[in-house]
Formats: sequence, C-alpha cells, structure tokens
Amino acid sequence: MIQFDGVTKRYVDGTVAVDDLTLQIPTGQITVLVGPSGCGKTTTLRMINRLIEPTSGTITIDGEDVRAQDPARLRRGIGYVIQHAGLFPHRTIVDNIATVPYLLGWDKKKARTTALELMERVGLDTKMARRYPYQLSGGQQQRVGVARALAADPPVMLMDEPFSAVDPIVRKSLQDEFIRLQSELRKTIAFVTHDIDEAVKLGHTVAVFKVGGVLAQHSTPDELLAAPADDFVREFLGGEKGLKRLRFNRDLDRQDEPGVEAAER
Amino acid sequence: MTLAAADGGEPLIRWDWIGDHTGQLADLTAHHLKLALLPILFGLVVAIPLGLLCARWRWLYPPTLGVANVLYGLPSLALFMLFIPYFGIGSGGRADFTIIVPLTLFSLSVLVPNVVDGLRSVPDPVRQAATAMGFGTLRRLIQVELPIAVPVVIAGARVAAVSSISLVSVGTLIGNGGLGQLFVDGYSRDFTTPIIVSCVLIIALALISDGVLVAAQRLLTPWARRGTR
Amino acid sequence: MNLADQIKDAWTWLTASAHWSGGDGIPHRLLEHLGYSALALVIAALIALPLGALVGHTGRGGFAVVTVANFARSIPTLGLLLLVVTVTSIGLTPVIIPLIALATPPILVNTYEGVRGVDPDIKDAARGMGMTGPGILLKAEVPVAMPLILLGLRTAAIQVVATATIAAYAGIGGLGRYIVDGLARKDYPSVVGGSVLVVLLAVIVQLAFVGIRRAVVSRGLRN
Ligand SMILES: Nc1ncnc2c1ncn2[C@@H]1O[C@H](COP(=O)(O)OP(=O)(O)OP(=O)(O)O)[C@@H](O)[C@H]1O
Ligand SMILES: [Mg+2]
Repeated sequence: MIQFDGVTKRYVDGTVAVDDLTLQIPTGQITVLVGPSGCGKTTTLRMINRLIEPTSGTITIDGEDVRAQDPARLRRGIGYVIQHAGLFPHRTIVDNIATVPYLLGWDKKKARTTALELMERVGLDTKMARRYPYQLSGGQQQRVGVARALAADPPVMLMDEPFSAVDPIVRKSLQDEFIRLQSELRKTIAFVTHDIDEAVKLGHTVAVFKVGGVLAQHSTPDELLAAPADDFVREFLGGEKGLKRLRFNRDLDRQDEPGVEAAER
Repeated sequence: MTLAAADGGEPLIRWDWIGDHTGQLADLTAHHLKLALLPILFGLVVAIPLGLLCARWRWLYPPTLGVANVLYGLPSLALFMLFIPYFGIGSGGRADFTIIVPLTLFSLSVLVPNVVDGLRSVPDPVRQAATAMGFGTLRRLIQVELPIAVPVVIAGARVAAVSSISLVSVGTLIGNGGLGQLFVDGYSRDFTTPIIVSCVLIIALALISDGVLVAAQRLLTPWARRGTR
Repeated sequence: MNLADQIKDAWTWLTASAHWSGGDGIPHRLLEHLGYSALALVIAALIALPLGALVGHTGRGGFAVVTVANFARSIPTLGLLLLVVTVTSIGLTPVIIPLIALATPPILVNTYEGVRGVDPDIKDAARGMGMTGPGILLKAEVPVAMPLILLGLRTAAIQVVATATIAAYAGIGGLGRYIVDGLARKDYPSVVGGSVLVVLLAVIVQLAFVGIRRAVVSRGLRN
C-alpha cells in the first residue's frame, strides 16, 4: 500500500500544487487520480518515485518512507508510464523493454526473453522486436511503454495519462487490455487521467482533485456516481446529465466486460 | 587536351605536369589529410566531454559558447601565427602542430555547440522516462542522451572536417599548407596548373571525407528516421 | 618569445600613433576591409536568400541546394583567390569571388532549412486565411524562419570578415596587409596587432547580429 500523510508540495515560485494530502493507494488495485488541468495529479504521482520531493508530509510504500531509499534504486522498483511513451529512439523495441532489467544487471538473454514475453502480454507481435520506435504507431508505442514499465515485475506502477495521446478507438482497446492484464498481474497502480469516463472504467477507487491540490472525494466509482461529495465533484462529473450518462455506461460495461468485476471477485 | 587558353596561349592546365609530379602530389595529399583530420579527431575527443560537462552544469555553457564564438571568428592565419613561437615554422615534425593546434581550436568552436545542441535535442519525455526508470545523471547522459545526440554531433563534424581541409591550405603562407604549398608555388611562377590541381584535390578530399562521415552516421544511427534528404 | 611578450608588443604596435593615420593607417585599412566584406556579403545574400527561400517554399531542389552548398564550402578560399589573380590580375574581382563562394553556403542552407522547417500547421493556417504562395512565404514562412536565416547571415559575415585578410594577396589592402606584410618582414608585432584587429571586428559583427536579432525577430520566436 502507498500511503500519503499530510503531503504538501509548494513549488519555489509559491504555487501550491498539492495541499495537505492524505490518501491510501491499496495494494493490488488501481487507484485513479482525476481532476481538472493543473490540479496537481502529476505532482502527486511524481512524488511517489521521488521525481519531485514533497515540501512536507511523508509518503510510504508498504510502511517504508520513500525518502529513506536511494532514488535510483527506488525508481527501478517502480514502473512508470507517461503520455508520450518516452521510448528511447536509439534502442530497438526489445531493448527498450529490457531497459530496467539491464540496469538491474540481469543476464542479457534472460532480460530479452522476458521482454519478448511481455510483448505478447501487451498484445504486440514479437516480429516487431527488432524494430525501432519510429517504425511503430502511437498505440503500439504506448504498449511498449507499458511493457517496459512491467519488465522488472515491479509491485508498483505509476501511470500518467498513458492512453490520452491516442485516438478513441485505440484508447478503448488499450483500456480493455489493461483491465485484462491487471486482473492477471494485480499490481498496485496509481493512474492519472483527466478523463472521467476512463477513471470510472478503470478504477477500483477514484480520487477526485480540485485545483490547488485538494482531495475532494475518494471512493469507489459506484459510490462516486451515487453520491458526489459536493458541488465541485457533481460539476466535474458533468452535472445530472453527465451522471446519468456515466451510470448508464457503467451498467453497459458491467454487462459485457467482466474486467473490473473479475479482478474484484 | 587543354581546358582553355589563358592570355599568351599558355594553357590553363598542363596535363604532363601532373604525370611528372604524382609522387609529390601523393605526399602532399597524405600530409594534408594528416594536418586536417587530426584536429577533427582531437576536437571530438575534447568536445564530447566538454559538451557533457556543459549539459550537466548549465552555467558552464554561456561562457563556453562565448569562447567558441570568438574562436570561430579568428582568421585561421592569425591563429597559426600565434603558435609559431611554440612549435616553430616549416613542414613536418613538431612544426605540424603550428597548424594542428589552431585547427583543433577551430574544430572545437564548431563541435562544442553541436554536442550541446545534440544533448538538448533529446525529447523531454525520453529524459524523464530515463530518470524515472532509475538512471543516474551520468549514466543517463552517456547511455541515453549522448547516443541520441550523435546525428547532430556528426553534422557538426561534417562542417568542421570540410572547413578544416580547406583551411589547412592557408598554412602555406607560413610554409606548411599540405596541398596548399602548390598555390604559392604556382602563383609565384604565374603557372596555373599546380593551383588548379591542388584545388581539385582539396575539394575531392573534402567531399570524400564528408561522404565517409555520412556513411558513419548511417552505421551509427540505424534508429534515426530517414528524412527527405 | 612567450604569450605575454606577444601581447605587450602587439599593444605597443596598436597604440603607436604612427599606425593611426595615412594610407597604411588603421582607419583606412579598416574601411577597406569592411568594404570588401560588405560587398561580398551583400552579393552572396542577393544570391542565397531568394534561392534558399524559394527552394524551401516549394520543397523542390533541396538535395541540389545542400549538395551545391557542401561543394562550395569545400573550395579552398586562398587557392581560388590565387588562381583568379594568376588568370586575371590583381584587383577587386579575385578578392570578391572567393569571398562570395565562402559566404553563400551558410546563408543558402540556413534559409532553405529555416523555410522548409516551418510548421506545416502554420502554412495551412496561412492558406486557410486566404494567403497565396508569395504571401505565405513573405508573411508567414520568412518571419518564422528568421532566427535561422539570421544565423546563416551571421556565420557568413564572420567567416568573410575573418577571411578578407587574404585581400592583401590581391594587392588591394584591408587589415590583412598588416599580417601579410608583417609576415614578409618578420615584423611579428604587426602580424599579431593586425590579427587582433580582425578578431575585434569579428566580435563586433557578432554583437551587431545580437542587436539585429532583437530588432527583426518577433519576441514570440526568441526562446
Ligand atoms: N516545476 C514547477 N514549478 C512551478 N509550478 C509548477 C511546476 N510544475 C507544476 N507546477 C504547477 O503546479 C500545479 C499542478 O501541476 P501538475 O502538473 O501536477 O498538474 P496536473 O494535474 O498534472 O495537470 P494536467 O492535467 O494539465 O497534466 C499547476 O498549477 C502547475 O502550473
Ligand atoms: Mg499532468
């Protein structure tokens, strides 16, 4: 479990990006952080792997303070996926995926075998292993990004709008496969999005942020849709009309997608 | 066959002269290459670590760039003069450094900005991803940013190499210009053949070196998107 | 002789009042030097700017432009000068021709790359607002490409100023006289003093371009 305790981040220019945040991200589940642009989602995520240091408060992973660990070593144990996959243009797909295993000093052959297995897992043809990133479509690159984050089998994954740079059809298939993958892997995942549909679809729980880095509500999607905590959350969910649509979609998903439910069973 | 007749019926180029001087031409060509390409090699050896330092400690870059810009604007002849007291005058041995050292400085003035630009051309998401996967600063610079900078560095090396091959010939004014020796030789005798022959050879050397560097880039960066050129 | 002595001698040479007047005085030589440099630069710009912009705009002939520029870059300036002097005679032509050959490639390549590299969205938007070919080129592409174009002009200017020293070889003066004559007379203070003047000129050109950039490049494009 990842635990935030009274965490505040104030940037040098005085911007308060995260304000006294206390939040639990349970082991083996997807916790979605959602909210309008600039509300501190990325900052929150990046404090977990110490790309950003909090101004005050503590963050622990399974009881251990992240600041007690060497940052590079800490990061090798945490998968990280970003919007524009950030693949290394000078390395082949298989070597991109094997990056962290190489860093951890794995045997080269083992690292590559693992990378090839992961390609299949995320739905990539292993024939692409020797290609370079520019020879892949955006959606394929994003899959490689996910595979790369999974390569050393980290218990924790941080994902910052991983599917938002691809078109809606590709996004839907990436989301569906992600749900299937998570039902097998049971990682502890913090997932950032500004798309409420995606949040409700993927999250075991959803944390809604307000601008200024204030946590407005943290609950399961069903509770969120049934009882928005305040006017801001209701507004963010699209008012009565938006809520109706979200509830309707959720019922549809429940019927034809065993995804989240399967993971909970 | 003669190209064209200059005044007085003397042909612009006398082909028999070339035949009579192949040995000398070969020696001068070899020496020219040495004088022109060692500076590129030394320049790369210095520019890469220097560029990495400037990328690591950003405050180092503005003063470094200032020095590079001044060096770039120095007339090569003036730069050669500066080193005569240290390495002497003439051709071969120690005196070669009177040419090699200034040209190394010149190639640095081209290469260092290119190394830094190359390192900066690394897309931000790539840099972030590397850090987030647990690369330390130094490892990230060497394993991720430097390889991605290679095309820009080689673009700089191409300009430096072509310029250097041309600039060596200025050294003839202080008695050590590789093929440029033939410029003054022909000029003082009012005889165009050696001037034309050495110009053609110098251009050929420059174009061949350029081709070699382009080939090196293709080999080193199979990952680069091949654009319209 | 060490560097400190070199500097001291050059300083003595530079500050001697005898060197500041007459036909061989520094002001006169400086004007000559600037004259050849400016002439060569203007001619090169008249050739390279329209050509580069046109090729960048149409996207046709790019390979040829880069090849020609590369070829021109490889021509040894001194060789070309001495060749033209030998074939014709001493005078302005043998100085200007090699300097034009020197100045053209950077202007040509930078203009071409600059115009070609303009974001296609900007061109689309310009076309969408009803601009036609020449309008797009002059009102959208050239202003956006201006930083690169200026960089090309700056590179060319510095190279020309530094290389115009060879004008001395064509017997038409310039700051190169101090270097070439000094070399012949083994008068090193004159050589170093002349070099210092050329370097100062190159630095002034640099600074001038910083100013031009301020004046000509839109603030939205300066990084
Ligand atoms: N390095 C920084 N220095 C100063 N302020 C910053 C910095 N990084 C982010 N901020 C500010 O902190 C706030 C939160 O930024 P953050 O990137 O966490 O938002 P976000 O929720 O991820 O937004 P988005 O959905 O647009 O990605 C914003 O107001 C932003 O402008
Ligand atoms: Mg963000």
